[in-house]
Amino acid sequence: MKSLILSTAALALTAGMGLADTVRLGTEGAYPPYNFLNDNGEVDGFERELGDELCKRAELTCEWVTNDWDSIIPNLTSGNYDAIIAGMSITAEREEVVDFTQGYTPPSPSAYAALSADVDLNGGVIAAQTATIQANHVVDTGATLVEYPTPDETLAAVRAGEADAVIADKDYLEPEVEATDLVFVGDDVPLGGGIGMAFRESDDEMRAKFDAAITSMKEDGSLNTLIEKWEVGGTW
Amino acid sequence: MRSDIFSFCSDPAVLETFQWMSCYLTTGKHMGFYLSFGTVLLLLALAAPAALLFGFGGAMAARARFVPLSWLGRGYIAVVRGVPDIAFFLFFVIALDQGIEYLRHKVKCPDWDEPIRQGSDFIVCEAAKLPLGTSPQWIHETYGFALAVVTFAIVFGAFAANVLFGAMQAVPRAQIETAEAYGMTHRQAFWRILVPQMWTYALPGLSNLWMVLIKATPLLFLLGVEDIVYWAKELGGSKTANFTAYPHPDWRTWYFLGLLIFYLAFTRVSELVLDRITIRLSHGQATVAGEAQRKAS
Repeated sequence: MKSLILSTAALALTAGMGLADTVRLGTEGAYPPYNFLNDNGEVDGFERELGDELCKRAELTCEWVTNDWDSIIPNLTSGNYDAIIAGMSITAEREEVVDFTQGYTPPSPSAYAALSADVDLNGGVIAAQTATIQANHVVDTGATLVEYPTPDETLAAVRAGEADAVIADKDYLEPEVEATDLVFVGDDVPLGGGIGMAFRESDDEMRAKFDAAITSMKEDGSLNTLIEKWEVGGTW
Repeated sequence: MRSDIFSFCSDPAVLETFQWMSCYLTTGKHMGFYLSFGTVLLLLALAAPAALLFGFGGAMAARARFVPLSWLGRGYIAVVRGVPDIAFFLFFVIALDQGIEYLRHKVKCPDWDEPIRQGSDFIVCEAAKLPLGTSPQWIHETYGFALAVVTFAIVFGAFAANVLFGAMQAVPRAQIETAEAYGMTHRQAFWRILVPQMWTYALPGLSNLWMVLIKATPLLFLLGVEDIVYWAKELGGSKTANFTAYPHPDWRTWYFLGLLIFYLAFTRVSELVLDRITIRLSHGQATVAGEAQRKAS
């Protein structure tokens, strides 16, 4: 507890020096429950609440920006926003280009969903979002991969019969399976090393602030409360 | 938090279809969709004259008697026409943005000692950022929109330059000879004889370009500007009850049908206007259309 107070005090000091820093948070806005646009057209979801709380703890002013998933990393490195908080799994490939904070969700399983349970997951046609760990996984299994730019289009592809099944984070598929005629197929697949925020490799100072804020949320249990509220997989 | 337009919208689950629809179609998200039509129209209103200006400059440069200027004009036309729009939009805009920031960085932070390129990162000092990191979101959006207008103007300007170049060559030589016989200088003959007569030859090509420009506006989203196609995709995708008060299945077909009607109506109106302009410009010209008008009157 003492170290917590110390670190928050240190944070308050550094934030004071930065003089009302505005941090621009980039997200996709199309991946419920992590991030999506609500009926008012604002960014909403687990990561919205998490990001706002982290900014409060780090004493930063934050602004939300939506960006296409495909170009979300290039736009970070060229400086259009300062951090990615978009349900992005921590992988070795991405670590080469950006730096992640510690995970704010534990590694969560991915799953397949289809219209019927008798789909051939290793030989059929599988839909996944472009440039995701799930897309990489499909290539490894030997199934035929069809990629779509948004998560929603992967679901539409299965419903339209363009693909036999879709693979995505289980937390994303869960509400869809509950509410529609999709069913889970096969076993869950553990992929990735949890979800973290991504920063430019040169932005270590800001990354450290958010890392400390995540640590403090883990320690006082408020992160678990958020995870349970939005049903985004296991708690810490 | 909710700001409903109709008071009965507080519980969408119990509403009649008609009421549900009127609530659904007035959510904040839909307002963003309707606003994006304005964005697209504003882009067209700014990009079209800007492109025409670039085109006119390009055509004048291409036919200049000063050889390096002529090379510049021809080079601009050849390079930009040859590069696919989408590549141009992805590469050129980032290059333009980073170029401006690089120049500002050199001016504002001369004693900066770190490299600007660090791996894949592009780092300039805080003061050189454009827009500044502390600027409110609307400045970022306006900046993105301005970049879009400039990019559209450069791309479509190259095509317009080629059209105008051809139109300038198409004005009968006898017209210029007569002007010279009257003692007009090269400049006078260009502005008073050539330019007024060339539009009738340029118009079919320019009207094609206008139509293509209307249909090219979805490229806006590549620049982070939320255009009508982006919103149609976002609103049309299926929604489950967990995350919205208005769950619905995949409605993208309906939204895209709406866009289809918008584009068709808009291009149809454009055609009508362009037809009128064609008639006006043919008046008194030494062309078949001009001659037909003379006989009819």
